[in-house]
Amino acid sequence: MTKIAAKKVRRRLRFRFSFKWFLVYVFMLSLVAFTALPIVYMVSTAFKPIDELFIYPPQFFVRRPTLINFSNLLFALNSSEVPFVRYIFNSVLTASVTVGLTVIVSAMGAFSLVKYKPPGSNIIFMIILGALMFSPHVTQIPTYMVVNSLGIINTYLALIIPKVAVAYNFFLMKQFTEQLPDVLLEAARIDGAGEWYIFWKIVMPSLRPAWATLIVFSFVANWNDYFSPLIFTTSQTMKTLPLALQTIAGGLSIARAGAVGAATLLMTMPTIIIFTIMQAKVMETMVHSGIKA
Amino acid sequence: MYDKGSLTEKANAQGGHHMSVQAGADARRYASAKELIRKLGSQKIKRSHVIGYLFLAPFVILFSIFIVIPVFVSFGLSFTRYSMLEPPVWVGLTNFKILLMDDDIFLIALKNTMIFALITGPLGYIMSFMAAWVINQLKFKNGFALAFYAPSITSGIAMSVVWMYFFSGDRYGLINNLLLNLGLIVEPIIWNMSEKTIMPVVMIISVWMSMGTGFLVFLAGLQNVPRELYEAAAIDGIRSRFQELWYITLPLLKPQLLFGAINSIVGSFGVFDVAVSVAGIPSPNYAAHTLVAHLYDFAFIRFQMGYASAVAVCLFLITFILGRVSMKLFSSKDVY
Repeated sequence: MTKIAAKKVRRRLRFRFSFKWFLVYVFMLSLVAFTALPIVYMVSTAFKPIDELFIYPPQFFVRRPTLINFSNLLFALNSSEVPFVRYIFNSVLTASVTVGLTVIVSAMGAFSLVKYKPPGSNIIFMIILGALMFSPHVTQIPTYMVVNSLGIINTYLALIIPKVAVAYNFFLMKQFTEQLPDVLLEAARIDGAGEWYIFWKIVMPSLRPAWATLIVFSFVANWNDYFSPLIFTTSQTMKTLPLALQTIAGGLSIARAGAVGAATLLMTMPTIIIFTIMQAKVMETMVHSGIKA
Repeated sequence: MYDKGSLTEKANAQGGHHMSVQAGADARRYASAKELIRKLGSQKIKRSHVIGYLFLAPFVILFSIFIVIPVFVSFGLSFTRYSMLEPPVWVGLTNFKILLMDDDIFLIALKNTMIFALITGPLGYIMSFMAAWVINQLKFKNGFALAFYAPSITSGIAMSVVWMYFFSGDRYGLINNLLLNLGLIVEPIIWNMSEKTIMPVVMIISVWMSMGTGFLVFLAGLQNVPRELYEAAAIDGIRSRFQELWYITLPLLKPQLLFGAINSIVGSFGVFDVAVSVAGIPSPNYAAHTLVAHLYDFAFIRFQMGYASAVAVCLFLITFILGRVSMKLFSSKDVY
């Protein structure tokens, strides 16, 4: 009796080709097609020559793909304004420095909280958990005051420093660090390794899936961040891609329609590519990301 | 009058301090830190604690400056009038009174944000879970996961631009074009300018982008439910997939469900980018005005920091209370 039941379940869990499953696949694939629609349209639009952009009735797919929109975006917009390459540079620089710092700082903190547990760690962790529960917009006013009094408005620092210590990143790192066996560290200590050495040579390499995940999440958050550059920068040369894109898209000028299409593609692809590369590691980390309350 | 007890304590403390300095110098003599600690007896100076604090310091310092202290400062400022040019003036509850009694635009923002959050939050949450649950039973999990997750990591600003090709207000807009061809409308609808359609457009884009971190967390959690549990449950008489979902999967996934819930609450109440990108700021008749937009308007356009802080406090309270509620709801004390 039990054997039969167990077999039944195993069969149920295993993939089977039946009409029911066929319908599930068809349904899911049509959902995928639906969610992918805007992204496909975006890619297609980025390569459309000017006449296809304004054809009536509107066409979904590009017929004669061209790179002219990209060259217009990168070279032709230069004459009047800040070169678009500058915005790309700003975004790449601030996002990558922030990501690097947040990975190191969170990993160090998580390592300490899990393996040293200095007095007060529980309170610190409770506060960090609490900070998961409100949106970062809440603290923007005092943060602005701090940034302002440090005199770093309109600098790259303003777009980096306030975003290094993120509760969410710390939380993920801490959950993953808990899986790290103590034996590993003890062995290194017996061999006479210093704590700093242990952190860099043993802890960091073992946490690779966790920091791969942080790289993805932190890069996505910073690359797409609209609010901080909006309030921390006033000069056009310090703006990042989201603001630049909004500026050129706002003009609604026919001449720019192609460039806007190219810009949306440039703005969107990096996050998707980075996630695709790191997907396996991200899934490995997310297993540990539940909150036990 | 002095207290003898406290004096002795002080002396002890001083002695202890002295001892610890000496002990620090002698540390090399002891074979291991453990022995040193035992020798020091009640003196709790652990070398490992000092190292622990050093490792924690960078995060804790930055976190305090940019998150913890700002929360308290926001609360403090919300009771003041403050323009950044002059020092803050204490005004008590005036800001909150104005917000709730006289500021019609705040009430519109509150209403818009509430409607937005109450629709897109649960919708995105349930869709994320259902999608993860189904995908977990399919082949090509990673491919499906990527397809569903990708919209959430695209830039809200960029995707609003793309969605505006669909919702463009003239005949060139794909949706207008479709509706005109089907004969459902006679004139193109100006989706992002007409009061009635702005919010629905913002919601559609947001729901499309809502299968984010929550979705990934659910999927990862589902992959890790041990199969033996389902087998055991079948023996105990659980028959359908839905019974399995209700009696086994959901209780086991409480930590993941909580994480997803908090994410979705914070995300949906913080709606800003997409709304601004679709309808501008201020939007026509404030139809897409949200709490964050109101905060932004007063803080960084009018520089009324005190009043804007009151808006921030409202936002904080709403998400924090809902966060606590979800913690109660998904409490996993009874699960091990």
